[in-house]
Amino acid sequence: MPSLKDLKNRIGSVKNTRKITKAMQMVAAAKLRRAQEAAEAARPYAERMNAVMAGLAGSVKGSDNAPRLLNGTGSDKIHMLVVMTAERGLCGGFNANIAKLARQRANKLLAEGKEVKILTVGKKGRDSLRRDFGQYFVGHVDLSDVKRLSYDDAQSIARDLTSRFDAGEFDVATIFFSTFQSVIAQTPTAKQIIPASFEAEDGEEAPSVNYDYEPSETQILADLLPRGVATQIFTALLENGASEQGARMSAMDSATRNAGEMIDKLTIEYNRSRQAAITKELIEIISGAEAL
Amino acid sequence: MADSMQFDLVAPERKLASVEEAIEVMVPGADGDLTVMPGHAPMLTTLRPGKLTLVTRTETYSYAVTGGFAEITPEGVTVLAERSLPAEEFTKEVHDHLIEEARRVHEEAHPSVADLTAKLLADMEAMGTHMTL
Repeated sequence: MPSLKDLKNRIGSVKNTRKITKAMQMVAAAKLRRAQEAAEAARPYAERMNAVMAGLAGSVKGSDNAPRLLNGTGSDKIHMLVVMTAERGLCGGFNANIAKLARQRANKLLAEGKEVKILTVGKKGRDSLRRDFGQYFVGHVDLSDVKRLSYDDAQSIARDLTSRFDAGEFDVATIFFSTFQSVIAQTPTAKQIIPASFEAEDGEEAPSVNYDYEPSETQILADLLPRGVATQIFTALLENGASEQGARMSAMDSATRNAGEMIDKLTIEYNRSRQAAITKELIEIISGAEAL
Repeated sequence: MADSMQFDLVAPERKLASVEEAIEVMVPGADGDLTVMPGHAPMLTTLRPGKLTLVTRTETYSYAVTGGFAEITPEGVTVLAERSLPAEEFTKEVHDHLIEEARRVHEEAHPSVADLTAKLLADMEAMGTHMTL
């Protein structure tokens, strides 16, 4: 039976924990709003980009002079997995879920006799994949200093990827990130970005317009494809950012609630022990008085 | 024929402009400047760094763009610019910074694309004159 003092100390420490988790939840809520706004602001560009690319790609795909970024290298031997996670923990299963999906995919590919290379974005994913797949790591992108995700960050990742692709380091690239559905639901997602695949958002066939191209169609496509890749990465990063904050918010919310429940329980126990001590003292006094 | 058209200027991070009553848009196309008026034949062009001008019934707006592409349909123009600023925000410092960056890219570039990066650099430098800095 813990002493009164112990109980009091524990209640105090749980109260402090609750304060911290509550503060973290509020910070996450504020950050989530900002992340969602950023994702919202990026949407028009990504949508237009996707629509244009889908139209262009459709007309060029399959032809011999289509860029390799679109057609692929003709093999799918070496897979590049780009695993995007957060820089920080304390966000529920967010990082673990993404890492799990990437791990499953990597194991599957390895079992099929394919080669796997892993590029990690964000510290947490690197840490959790290092033990099993450390030997496949080819690079890491550190975003811990980045306060606000900008398109340049996505672009530098895309540039890195395309130059590796041009150098023949891999055949297929897939990004792993979490799509933001709501504060309580984030789905880990795998999306192939090289060779580029663009599908119209809701499966709706884009009205085919006969555009004039300036310069030529293939040249425009060659110019646009790297941008398309960068845009997809940017969208994924933003989604991931919003998901991370959403996951942290709900994790911290339940942590706060748990702490509250614990405080209630401890307080009841504390009150009971105190009452027991008082009763005991009273009995002692009364029985002492009776003995006189 | 309609006498005005839709104009959208979007950057990856935000939407810069969306105007329904555009009368004329001057676009710095990669193969030369072009002016788009309502009812233009559909076309797709890449952009070089330069000045984009939008004329509406009442006002004229200018933007600095550093590249991207424009989708033109008879109903309107959509410009997807990688980096873009309203002309008022395009200062000497921003311009110098861009030139610096273009120069660095040019110096580090592979010889096979040196022509392209040299052109980019030249366009960047010329941009200052266009934007009347």
